[in-house]
Amino acid sequence: MPKKRLDSPREMVQRLLAGDRRIAARMITLVEDGAEGCNDLMKLVYPHTGKAVVVGVTGSGGSGKSSLINHLIGKFRNQGKRVGVVAVDPSSPFSGGALLGDRIRFQAHSLDEGVYIRSMGSRGYLGGLARATSDVVRIMEAMGNDVIIVETLGAGQDEIDIIHVAQTCALVLTPGMGDDIQAMKAGIMEIADLIVLNKADLEGANLCLRNLEAIVHYSLDKGESRWVLRVVPTVASASKNENIQGIDDLVEAIEAHQAYLHDSRAIDEVQAKRVEQELGLVFKDELQKVIFKGLKGTGKKRQYIKAILEGRTDPYSVVEQVLGAFLKT
Amino acid sequence: MGENKIKVIVSKVGLDGHDRGAKVVASLLKEAGMEVVYLGMYQTPGGIIKAAIDEDADVIGVSYLSGEHLVYTPQIAAAMQDHALDDVLLVVGGSFPPEDIPVMKQMGAHEVFRGGTLTQPIIDYIISNVRKKV
Repeated sequence: MPKKRLDSPREMVQRLLAGDRRIAARMITLVEDGAEGCNDLMKLVYPHTGKAVVVGVTGSGGSGKSSLINHLIGKFRNQGKRVGVVAVDPSSPFSGGALLGDRIRFQAHSLDEGVYIRSMGSRGYLGGLARATSDVVRIMEAMGNDVIIVETLGAGQDEIDIIHVAQTCALVLTPGMGDDIQAMKAGIMEIADLIVLNKADLEGANLCLRNLEAIVHYSLDKGESRWVLRVVPTVASASKNENIQGIDDLVEAIEAHQAYLHDSRAIDEVQAKRVEQELGLVFKDELQKVIFKGLKGTGKKRQYIKAILEGRTDPYSVVEQVLGAFLKT
Repeated sequence: MGENKIKVIVSKVGLDGHDRGAKVVASLLKEAGMEVVYLGMYQTPGGIIKAAIDEDADVIGVSYLSGEHLVYTPQIAAAMQDHALDDVLLVVGGSFPPEDIPVMKQMGAHEVFRGGTLTQPIIDYIISNVRKKV
C-alpha cells in the first residue's frame, strides 16, 4: 500500500492555505520526519506565518496540562477562533516508539472541524518539545488557526524550549510539589508568564497559592511597564462540571498577557527570539547534515571513533580538523 | 533526521468500558517502535476518523469487547472511504465469535485479531502491510 503521491510543494501550500487538514497533516509528517524537500516546503509556508497567538502550556506529567487545554480550546472556540493544538509526549529511548495520550483529554472537541490537534513524540529531542515543533506551529498558522496551543511533555526544572515557540507561557503546578524555595529556583519557574495552580481543591492548595503569590514580589523590578507574573488557581477536572474552576480567569490572564505584549511592543522581542532560535536550529541541522554526508562511505567516522577510543586523539581535535578542512573547501 | 515512524490510532468505540486489551496493544506497539495515539473509551466513528486525518495515521486500531463490532466496523470503514483514507489500515481486535471475522473483513477491516493473539503476529502484520511512505 504505497502512500499517495504528493503534489508539488506549491500545490501543497496552496491547499494548506485553504485550510485542507489532510495536507496539513501530511506536511507535518514530512517536517517531523525531516524528509527530503521539507525545507523547500517550509520556505513556502513561512511567509504566511507570524500572526497567530501562540500559547505554551508546560509543567510536570500529571499536573493537568491536557485537561486545562481541553477547556481553553472550548473558550477560544466560543470566541469564534480556530484553534490548533500541538501536544508533545516523550518517545521511548529504547524502542523509539511513543504512547501519545494527550488527545484522550480533548475528546469534547473530537468532532469540531475548527480544532486541529496533532500529537508528537519528542524523538529524543531535549528541552520539552520535539525538534519539529516550531515548524508544526508555523504550518498550523498558515492553515488559518487563530490560536495555537503548544503542550510540552511532562517538563522538569530545565525543559524550557517552550519560550522560543510560545508568546505566552503558562506553567502548571499542583499542590504538594514543594515549598517556596522550589518556586524561587531558576529554569522553568522563570519562564512562566502565568502560573496555574491546578487541582486547587486539594489539601494544601491555599498555602501553596500564598507561597507562589509571594515569589512574584521577590523578583527585581524592571520598570513600571513590565509584566507582573500572575498566579491563577484552577480545577480542570472534576466529577461534576459545576466544580470546574478558574478557566475564565486563565483565559483572562492569557488575554491580559497578550495585550501587554502588544501594547508594550515586547512582542517584537518575542518574535525575534523565536526566529533566532529557528535560525540556530536550522544552521546546526544543515551543517551537521553536510558534514556527515561528506564523511559518509569514507569510513572516516569509524576511524575517528577508534582513534578517540585508543587515546590517539579526542572529539575536540577531530571536530576542529574536520571543520577546518570543510571550511577550506 | 529522515526517520519514518509508523503512527497508529488505538481506540475503543461506543459504550464499551473494557480498555485493558487496547492498553496492552498500545503498549506493545510503543515497544515495537511505533507512535501510538491512544484515544481511549467512548469514541465515535467520526472522532476516530478525524483523529486519523489530523495525526496522518498509518493504522486505525479498534478494540471491541461489547458485541458492537458488527455495528461500528462498517461505519468506520465507510467513513474511511468517504474521506479517501484508502491508504490507511483498519485493524480490529477484541472478543467476538470466530464466524464474525470474515464478516468484518468483508465490511472493510483489513485484519482481525481475536483475544489470545500473541503480540508478534500483530506487529508483523502492521509492519508488512502498512503504507510505504513516499
